[in-house]
Amino acid sequence: MDTNNQNAVKGVGDWFRWHLSKFVVAPSFLMILFFVYGFILWTGYMSFTKSKMLPIYNFEGILQYVKLWKQPTWLASFENLFVFGSLFIAVAIAFGCILAIFLDQKIRGEGALRTIYLYPMAISFIVTGTAWKWILNPGSGIEKLVQSFGFENFEFDWLVDPDYAVYTLVIAAVWQASGFVMALFLAALRGVDGEIIKAAQLDGASISRIYMVIILPTLRPVFLSSFVILTHMAIKSFDLVVALTGGGPGNASWLPANFMFEMTFRRNQIGQGAASAMIMLATVLAIIVPYLYSELREKKHG
Amino acid sequence: MSSFKRNSTLKALLLGGVVLGCASAAQAQPTAEVLHYWTSGGEAKAVKALKEDFEANGGKWVDAPVAGGGGDAQNAVLRSRVLSGDAPAAVQIKGPNIRNWAEAGALADLDAIGKEEGWDDILPPLLQDIVKFDGHYVAVPVNIHRVDWIWANPEVLAKVGADVPTTWAEFNETAEKLKAAGITPLAHGGQPWQDATIFETVVLGIGGADFFNKAFVDRDLDTLRSDTMKKVFDQMRIIRGFVDDDFSGRDWNLATAMVMNGKAGMQIMGDWAKGEFLAAGKKPGVDFVCAPTPSEGGYILNSDSFAMFDVKGDDNKSGQALLAKLILGEKFQETFNVYKGSIPARMGVAKAKFDDCAIKSMNDLEAASSKGTLVGSAAHEISTAGAVRGAIMDVVTEHFNSDMSSDDAVNKLAEAIELAL
Amino acid sequence: MADSIAFTSDRTLWHRIGRIGIYTLLAVFAFYYIMPLIVIVSTSMKDLDEIRTGHLLSLPAQINLDAWTFAWSEACIGVTCTGLKPYFWNSLAMAVPAVLISIMLGAITGYALTKFRFRGANVIFAMILFGCFIPFQVILLPMATSLGYLGVANTIPGLVLVHVVYGLPFTTLFFRNYYVNIPDDLVKAATIDGAGFFTIFWKIMLPLSLPIIVVTIIWQFTQIWNDFLFGASFTSGGNQPVTVALNNLVNTTTGVKRYNVDMAAALMTAAPTLLVYIFAGRYFVRGLTAGAVKG
Repeated sequence: MDTNNQNAVKGVGDWFRWHLSKFVVAPSFLMILFFVYGFILWTGYMSFTKSKMLPIYNFEGILQYVKLWKQPTWLASFENLFVFGSLFIAVAIAFGCILAIFLDQKIRGEGALRTIYLYPMAISFIVTGTAWKWILNPGSGIEKLVQSFGFENFEFDWLVDPDYAVYTLVIAAVWQASGFVMALFLAALRGVDGEIIKAAQLDGASISRIYMVIILPTLRPVFLSSFVILTHMAIKSFDLVVALTGGGPGNASWLPANFMFEMTFRRNQIGQGAASAMIMLATVLAIIVPYLYSELREKKHG
Repeated sequence: MSSFKRNSTLKALLLGGVVLGCASAAQAQPTAEVLHYWTSGGEAKAVKALKEDFEANGGKWVDAPVAGGGGDAQNAVLRSRVLSGDAPAAVQIKGPNIRNWAEAGALADLDAIGKEEGWDDILPPLLQDIVKFDGHYVAVPVNIHRVDWIWANPEVLAKVGADVPTTWAEFNETAEKLKAAGITPLAHGGQPWQDATIFETVVLGIGGADFFNKAFVDRDLDTLRSDTMKKVFDQMRIIRGFVDDDFSGRDWNLATAMVMNGKAGMQIMGDWAKGEFLAAGKKPGVDFVCAPTPSEGGYILNSDSFAMFDVKGDDNKSGQALLAKLILGEKFQETFNVYKGSIPARMGVAKAKFDDCAIKSMNDLEAASSKGTLVGSAAHEISTAGAVRGAIMDVVTEHFNSDMSSDDAVNKLAEAIELAL
Repeated sequence: MADSIAFTSDRTLWHRIGRIGIYTLLAVFAFYYIMPLIVIVSTSMKDLDEIRTGHLLSLPAQINLDAWTFAWSEACIGVTCTGLKPYFWNSLAMAVPAVLISIMLGAITGYALTKFRFRGANVIFAMILFGCFIPFQVILLPMATSLGYLGVANTIPGLVLVHVVYGLPFTTLFFRNYYVNIPDDLVKAATIDGAGFFTIFWKIMLPLSLPIIVVTIIWQFTQIWNDFLFGASFTSGGNQPVTVALNNLVNTTTGVKRYNVDMAAALMTAAPTLLVYIFAGRYFVRGLTAGAVKG
């Protein structure tokens, strides 16, 4: 559509442009409406049916949810999500923030270091899963390595210990995501107004004070975006478990995404799987909606 | 939007955003897309034999392997292919799952080819039950696997002066000796289905065939909570002491390799493990020995089969029929099962090429069948469908990987199975 | 800029210790990050005996690329022994169009939502943005049904569609947040000069968008190339992307597990995204600085 009409009357041209804008957004919006919201409704409806092998559309009420909260494996997965999620988010933000601050100190070889910290984000766990399995497995990895250095009593067997397996997920997940958080923080640090800092330095403020009082508070939005990005990574974590622990030992390291996959595709319990997917969605909503709300309100005022 | 009705405006709308793939020109050549999860040594060789046979008969084989986890991943892609109305011709599915797919109306009717080939006469009744739905053939059995085997390295057992155990007490004794000698007694991979494999052989050994069926087929809650079941879990706890520290997550064929190279004494695994020994050039009776796990003449049966899905197009339909015919042909049954480690699914196949383990399996099957001690595997979805099998695995694997008491375990088992129904 | 806050003022002992501390810490972290890659690279160059006898981090005695050629063109996946090669091209054929289409749609949507803001634009943006956060498990079954309905089930165009749809929220987010920071006056001035909607986008906005385009390309390409769930659920056999083929290859064993081939295959699968990060990584940080993700 050619809108490059030099002679258009301004009012008419404006009218046209405003509607053109809607027209341009429409395809994307409709796709999202159908593929995101439509599908959520579809799955939501599934969760109220007794669907097993294939979808059945007879409404059965909240039966699947009642069953779901009786399943020990679901309870374990859900608990794991909180243990894994909170540790993963906290550690990744801490690492990312510390690395960014240190990298911002005129470091020699910054480019190379940055690439090293960032590259894990580029690789899928399907690729690194085997390597991580080796590294964390007591028979082949770190435990064996350190023992071969002469520390006979060194033990690092979290991967095969049901109580600790979920922490190995944290190690690998932090490895993948913290470099990205570092990049976010670094970008923000580079954007901090140098003048304010100079002024503070002239006032005799120490470096640590400058960071605590002036710089970190301006990074608040980065903390928030990192938190949101990491939250959704945590809830979507699936490959990680498949590649690293396979959910084991036993069922000790299942996460909700794995539970959903297993129920739907392995155990032919589509209704149950759909119910667990809806709970996952509700968990995301509980965290994301307040964020989106505050984000857009701020925009209006600012 | 409760259901997806076919709606032309919706369709037109969606098509707007899609780059359309061009449909390939129709071919008259019999074509079959085969979705399977046979990717390890002996299995891959066996499926290759099928492919070659199919191609020699003028067919076009479209291979769709989905590796990993005994079919977990395959289930996902199958579900999505069926939902999208583009089911593969033949899919490796077994046990009650065949019935479930048939109930959903997804499978093709094979009665015509079945009649032509006289399947009613050559298939053992037990297998007919599995591959028929409502009296019609919907799937083709490929083989019969025995689950309750011990694979042992005779050299290693000789080191401690032991033979392959014939009772669970003997098993424990031998394992202790091996452990004392610094050898891993039992090669095992800590994956839920492998834990469940050991579990069901112990159930059969300690409880017997009737107990096995009461627990897994009838899902009788009193049986599941019985003292016998507690004894089973007691034995599982003992067995836990016989595996090495790094067993978590190990694949079954790597555990087999441990027996092969003498790192471990024994492995409890179905006879697909034999395929691994053979693929590595080992001789049965010399480099490795096979013996049933201790039980009163029991036999845990596992059978692979190909369910034939409802496909469109003459090329696909004729490919499907050709495949079905070949699978139960004598020649293929022989070559395939020799590679795979299993025994033929049909009667009347020459025994000459089969090794002693396979012959023993054939004889024991007949004996167990007449004695009534033949049971369908619960860990491998013959007597149980996905949900119940999953529930059993959850509890067994949790017990195996923790210090859960046998009392707790039986209660959890009963609860989990109740919940899965 | 931030450079000025480095520890430059006093050259005391403490300062030197601080510097050493910083470098040590950075090095320790570097080791943590690089370790898995070292394991993968060195294992891929060892032969099987060396893998069995040596330990995890030992370097190969000699560089041996046999495993690489084997993984690329000979390794068996099921009964087809073609190596990763065909699947690699599948992934390219999937990733390139999907990245381009999702970026074009995201850019123009972001532009329309910020520079020609209509009533409800914010609500629409929030609704699109929400798509970033849905767990993909929610949409697997409906998507499978829809793909069949559209006639693109088990095809690469089908995967392109899936990735465009679920990449769109991210690309829209990136461009929208970038364009929000471009002064409206630019657009106003152009409007007064009589430039139309698309002319402004094409002539003014796009040339300004280079940093965010780079960020979005990196992000989208990595996400799409690395996807496993969609590839594994919606395709089978010869149409699979390379990540799924890799998983099949690693699980296809013939007697002995060939770790060197597995690792070489893993590295090949990761190569494109790895190269993108190594060569375009600096633009990534620069692009983020330019306001890609609100900071």
